[in-house]
Amino acid sequence: MIRLAPLHIKLLRDLRRLWAQALAIALVMAAGVATLVLGVGATDALDRTREAYYEENRFADVFASATRAPEALLAEIEALDGVLDAEARIVRLALVNMPDMAEPGSLLLVSVPRAEGLNRLHLRQGRLPEAGRADEAVVSQDFAAAHGLLPGSDVQVLINGRKRQVTITGIAISPEYIYALGPGDMMPDPRRFGIAWMPHDSLAAAFDRQGAFDDLVLKLVPGASEPRVIARLDTLLEPYGGRGATTRKDQMSHAFLDAELRQLRGMSRVLPPIFLAVAAFLVNMTLWRLITLEREQIGLLKALGYGPWAIVRHYVGFVAAIAAIGIAIGWAAGAWMGAGLAGIYARFFDFPYLIFTQNPRPYAVAALVTLGAAVAGAVGAVRAVAWLPPAVAMSPPAPVRYRRLWGGALERRVRFRQSAVMTARHLLRWPVRTGGGVLGVAFAVAVLVGSLWSFGSIERMIDLTFTQTERQDATLVFAEARPHAALYAVRHMPGVLRAEPERVVSVRLSHGPAERRVGLAGVAEGGDLSRLLDPTGQPMALPDAGVVLSEALADLLTVRVGDEVVVEVLEGDRRVTRLPVSGLSQGYVGLGAAMPLSALNRMLGEGAMISAVRLTLDPAALPAFHAAVKDTPQAGFLSLKSLTLSRFRQTMAENITISTTVYLSLAAIIAFGVVYNFARISLSEQGRELASLRVLGFTRAEVAGILYGEIAVVVLLAQPLGWLIGTGFAVLVVRAFSSELYRVPLVIGPEVYAWASLVVIAAALASALLVRGRINTLDMVEVLKTRE
Amino acid sequence: MDAPVPIFRAHGLTKTYRSGTVEVQALRGVDFQAAAGEFIVILGPSGSGKSTFLNIIGGLDQATSGEAWFMDHELTRLSDAGLTRYRRDHVGFVFQFYNLVPSLTALENVRLVTEIARRPMSPREALAMVGLEDRVDHFPAELSGGEQQRVAIARAISKNPEVLLCDEPTGALDSATGVRVLEALMRVNEAIGATTLVITHNAAIKDLAHRVVRFANGGISGVEENTTRKSPAEVSW
Repeated sequence: MIRLAPLHIKLLRDLRRLWAQALAIALVMAAGVATLVLGVGATDALDRTREAYYEENRFADVFASATRAPEALLAEIEALDGVLDAEARIVRLALVNMPDMAEPGSLLLVSVPRAEGLNRLHLRQGRLPEAGRADEAVVSQDFAAAHGLLPGSDVQVLINGRKRQVTITGIAISPEYIYALGPGDMMPDPRRFGIAWMPHDSLAAAFDRQGAFDDLVLKLVPGASEPRVIARLDTLLEPYGGRGATTRKDQMSHAFLDAELRQLRGMSRVLPPIFLAVAAFLVNMTLWRLITLEREQIGLLKALGYGPWAIVRHYVGFVAAIAAIGIAIGWAAGAWMGAGLAGIYARFFDFPYLIFTQNPRPYAVAALVTLGAAVAGAVGAVRAVAWLPPAVAMSPPAPVRYRRLWGGALERRVRFRQSAVMTARHLLRWPVRTGGGVLGVAFAVAVLVGSLWSFGSIERMIDLTFTQTERQDATLVFAEARPHAALYAVRHMPGVLRAEPERVVSVRLSHGPAERRVGLAGVAEGGDLSRLLDPTGQPMALPDAGVVLSEALADLLTVRVGDEVVVEVLEGDRRVTRLPVSGLSQGYVGLGAAMPLSALNRMLGEGAMISAVRLTLDPAALPAFHAAVKDTPQAGFLSLKSLTLSRFRQTMAENITISTTVYLSLAAIIAFGVVYNFARISLSEQGRELASLRVLGFTRAEVAGILYGEIAVVVLLAQPLGWLIGTGFAVLVVRAFSSELYRVPLVIGPEVYAWASLVVIAAALASALLVRGRINTLDMVEVLKTRE
Repeated sequence: MDAPVPIFRAHGLTKTYRSGTVEVQALRGVDFQAAAGEFIVILGPSGSGKSTFLNIIGGLDQATSGEAWFMDHELTRLSDAGLTRYRRDHVGFVFQFYNLVPSLTALENVRLVTEIARRPMSPREALAMVGLEDRVDHFPAELSGGEQQRVAIARAISKNPEVLLCDEPTGALDSATGVRVLEALMRVNEAIGATTLVITHNAAIKDLAHRVVRFANGGISGVEENTTRKSPAEVSW
């Protein structure tokens, strides 16, 4: 049998006696541990998974496209200093007619990488197409899943104007399309957009590119200079319609993963410190009270010969035991939430595997940091008593001295009830503790304000993007730029009420050292379907001359209205011109630049060309319209606003529901932990006075009112502070979320503050009610018999 | 003249405390009466049941059996809320350890009670009655033990109670300070006519009373009437 040392037995009994307070503290710690494990773990998992996947499948470093480059050029490119490997490909957009879908879908046709090549596929099912087979393809997993396709299924693809029956030989995923977004879409929709890998030769033949390629990916030697390789590559590709090479940073799938990683890192930097700070405060507050109550016992222990370090070890052990409970709960919760998040990733991103939980580091880090916070909270409280001489410790402490508020100036002017004076003086007697309580509850409010605002912001984003800016019902994107006459063909399709042309070209905008690759949109003059909004949100007319930049782009280029930017067209004859910035527009998706269509076409000097048509449609004629699009050889992708929007809402709703539930629980844990401990300690300190008041004839409700008054003051003071801190969090979150891919508007309506306060007040009320039983059973007779 | 109206009547009061398997009989059938305005000293050794008795007639504790009446209220039948009401409206308490609220000044401690009383006197008047008119703005920690006890008396009498119950009011005080507290108690007893019950270990105090009740073994072992009362200045211990 194990014989426990007396101090260990005392420790266990203390824990059992104070279990509710200990648990409340442990839960706050658990929240910190869980968010840390989840944040660090998920970041780590996503990072390592992506890295391993990239490595195994040889994900390229540099991406380039051209109109038609001879295959002979490949040897020259591979010989460039810093290039390890190059893969020439054909990449084309093609419409696909899926029988289970009224509207047309699209497939991005990509050459199957050669054996040992780059961006290798990870086959999930079946086999790769045989070389030379023009009717075989491997399709992306999500697209296959959305349509129930299996190896052996057939799909009808419109390849370069000809309908072809293509047999699926396999189902695969690729590091290049972990996040697969259709052109002009805001959210991946695997039903309407997928990838199909076909033998290079057959694609070359179908698109009249025998002995040539129009897309290129490069793997660089580790440590090679990307800008230097890109400069040399651009020079080589320029004669063949090269559109300027980019790095992974501008690769869509990679960039979205980066944005996700940045959000996760933001979360794991903001949330855990809050919880651990609150936990340290609670530990300090609780231990301070415990030690005050046990002061005589400590003196006795010292008189018996226990040294100060034995006392310190005892109380630090008490705190460490609470921390151990918190860490255990936090580990479990973190692992559980991590598995949930992994599930979300698995649905959202196409990884062949997810490297999660094998890494003990986040667990160890979380445990150490939590233990550190707990001990830090304990040290101050223990130090004050452990070194007192036994005789001093055993004698009762000096009575607590109170002061009048502001020298009594306020009290002389206003007559408060004495119970209110008690409340105020007790709160002010321990300003640090009161301040800590206010700050703790404020953090709970802030966590909610910092997360609940996203509802309103997303509605605003939807309104601005889908109602005010993008006013079309559908956008038909051509596989490549067409003469202006293509507009008339589209206008005559069934159900088309209005059609407005658009041309988007790839350009590099620069101003001084700052430069960005963007799509420069030529917008139909007099059109109404694509509107620009000025920074105040009002529709703006497109100036005849110059270029309108989105605010985000203008910020990146550090330009203002009136400045000139250098426009380097990355298509055709790659002209370089200078254009004045004629206005700034508001927008949350991507980096935008726009100018009148005719001006764009004049600048390009290729005649009147368009690359897409925006349409409004007669809902009654939709089936006929869809059928017509499926027969339009030039069409590459049909983007339907209603589908994009519902997909957007659905994805957002899922993510936000989950994250809101998490944040609500976290806020409730903080509020509950702080208020419950605050109330228990206040009751412990004032129990004698409150019992005396009961003797004097105060009712239970009146006595409870005094304690609740304190809690109410703390909770109410915390509200405005919490709103303020929460708004600060929201600003940080907006910054963390904002990327060049999308930005989030910061909209915090009064309802956000109201909900945050309601939830926290409800949690505070619940913990206050738990203390009520103890107030009701205050022992009146006992207090009369004992000296304090 | 009619016999004085009894303000307290108790018949066969018993109180049994149970802790685990151990039963302690604190009161074993106490019969008691007190007239309005009487000053009664209750003497008895520790554990004789005097405090338990005071707690029951003060509405702080429930009897196990028997009945206790305050005027026409049967205390032994009152609920917790009824007892609270009774203490609030009719009883002033003074305890050995003062039980003042440390965060309130002397005046505010008295005001705490006058705010909820039905027919209170002015808090300053109550403090003046115990000779503390100069110390009204001091916090308990700034007052001596005797001064604190006098604040407690001022607080107890400020509601103009029908009864004043004092459990060892001088127990924590030295003789000279105790005398001043007793003077205050007697002055109050005369001024507001409150029936006053004082529990004490201290036999020297018995000469101040109209009547002395002795407790032993959970019951009343004897009652003496003082034909002449001493003044506090004449006693010492």
